[in-house]
Amino acid sequence: MTARHAWVALCTAAALAVAVGLAFAVGRYPVAPGDLAAIAWSKLTGTPSGVSPTVEAIVWSVRGPRIGAALALGAALAAAGAAFQSLFRNPLVSPDILGVSGGAAVGAVLGIFLALPILAIQGLAFAFGLIAVALVTLIASAVRGHDPLLVLVLAGVLVGALLGACVALLKVLADPYNQLPAITFWLLGSLAGAAPVDLATALPAIAIGFVPLWLLRWRVNLLSLGDEEARAMGVETTRVRLAVIASATLMTAAAVSIAGIVGWIGLVIPHFARLAVGPDFGKLLPVSAILGAAFLLAVDTLARTTARIEIPLGVLTAFVGTPLFLWQLVRSRRSWQ
Amino acid sequence: MSAPVASLEGVALDFGYPGHAVGRGVSIALRAGEIVCLLGPNGGGKSTLFRTLLGLLPAQGGDVRLDGDPLATLSRAAIAKRVSYVPQAHAGYFPFTMRDVVLMGRTAHLSPFAAPTRRDVAIAEACLARLGLAALADQVYTRVSGGERQLALIARALAQEAPLVVMDEPTASLDFGNQARVLDEVRALAASGIGVIMATHDPDQAFLCADRVALLHAGRLIADAPPREAITPATLREVYGIDADVIDVTLASGETRRVCVPRSGVRFAT
Repeated sequence: MTARHAWVALCTAAALAVAVGLAFAVGRYPVAPGDLAAIAWSKLTGTPSGVSPTVEAIVWSVRGPRIGAALALGAALAAAGAAFQSLFRNPLVSPDILGVSGGAAVGAVLGIFLALPILAIQGLAFAFGLIAVALVTLIASAVRGHDPLLVLVLAGVLVGALLGACVALLKVLADPYNQLPAITFWLLGSLAGAAPVDLATALPAIAIGFVPLWLLRWRVNLLSLGDEEARAMGVETTRVRLAVIASATLMTAAAVSIAGIVGWIGLVIPHFARLAVGPDFGKLLPVSAILGAAFLLAVDTLARTTARIEIPLGVLTAFVGTPLFLWQLVRSRRSWQ
Repeated sequence: MSAPVASLEGVALDFGYPGHAVGRGVSIALRAGEIVCLLGPNGGGKSTLFRTLLGLLPAQGGDVRLDGDPLATLSRAAIAKRVSYVPQAHAGYFPFTMRDVVLMGRTAHLSPFAAPTRRDVAIAEACLARLGLAALADQVYTRVSGGERQLALIARALAQEAPLVVMDEPTASLDFGNQARVLDEVRALAASGIGVIMATHDPDQAFLCADRVALLHAGRLIADAPPREAITPATLREVYGIDADVIDVTLASGETRRVCVPRSGVRFAT
């Protein structure tokens, strides 16, 4: 058991390292592994690297922030997905399916539409994300007598449709020359515009969301048994539930307000993490976060290198995520039953 | 330990769901070291009464007192340290190991942001061993048999180290052997000083292990007495609507045990 976990830790760390190395090396301007090592060494020791300043600038100023953003956002989305799945006792939910991403998108589009500063955009994304998840859970709890697993997913689809309509309305109202292209491309999901300024506001939000999840890691396990049992074992379920929803929504909103809707990560990554380390949230959370970081970075590297134009992230994660999820669904229904 | 003897009391309880009263005026008590069997027909309100006693469902009237303290004044953790709950074994949702499931019983003893320590793991493993599940510690809860799940939930209640345990039909859907095993464990718990109140459908189980029997019928308690006084052909007829013989049998060991045997050709009472 511990040997297995050590093995998993090694593999996830290796996947992350490979993803980071590749992301730095490949692109329109390839950087040789030797140069990368020299730059890393010079930063560590403070000595000059001997690599041309252009290459150094590409590594630090161009790729660095984008790689940082991909890592942080991938970790945030996967961690939020793991939290929502445990909380709702439902391996089919994720920030996108619960309407959190859609709500955050409405908030963020509204912020862009009103030309608000990034902090306000994030605040709106967070507020609308919370409203969306509240709506979905309200609808799901009002519809009784059906399979709660499916009702929750259906409620998410319904609310998602409504939110999509809101976004469409805002797009129609937006200035077609400046705002509309920005909104459209941003909605598809992209890290191309991830500036260090955005990161400076998103990283603290992601960290603030992550800490409560980590602190409550044991109690989240009990929530996944159902409210009555958790309460009988001494958990104040309402408080823990609210804290987990707020934290996971904050992380999702921070990610959405930077990169638009990047779907599937919150759904697929926690599945694979659960297969690797089991459902204990204390292990599931960090492994999901690391795998999510590595996955989004790999996808983003693909997005900026495979074609002449940049492929939107949401498109790629859907192409990769849908088959992976279907394969999961068919193969291992028993892993959650 | 604040009180010398732990106790859970429902006083003149009205219980049920909003807009739907299930029971009225039920007074019932459980003290450490005794076994109380709650008998009653399907849909008679046994589970609802238990939820109310555990504070999972607010009482619609009357009081629930835990060691004399009104339940409403206690935190969930304070309640969980004094009374644990064994629900009917369910399939579970995520593939936790048996060890993790039992470890969850330690939660009331952890501060809100803490995870279980080595000591908690040791307690959980001791509880698994006590119920004969040591070899299954690394097995996945969702994949073991129903009987093993039910035993794991009892082990989880043990790990909670509460002096009182509420068990909702712990033998429901178990085979003959596992029923006997669970009842043995219930008796062992009581012998070690723990008070157990359990719902059951089988009056023979009450004769086997109960100190007192509470008969719940149509939302009211119609008996609360030692088994031989509470379970008679008359009360069985009143509660279940059938004729049954209540007889003493002599076992191979020489011990005498009372059992209930429904008459053949039983029809639904009109």
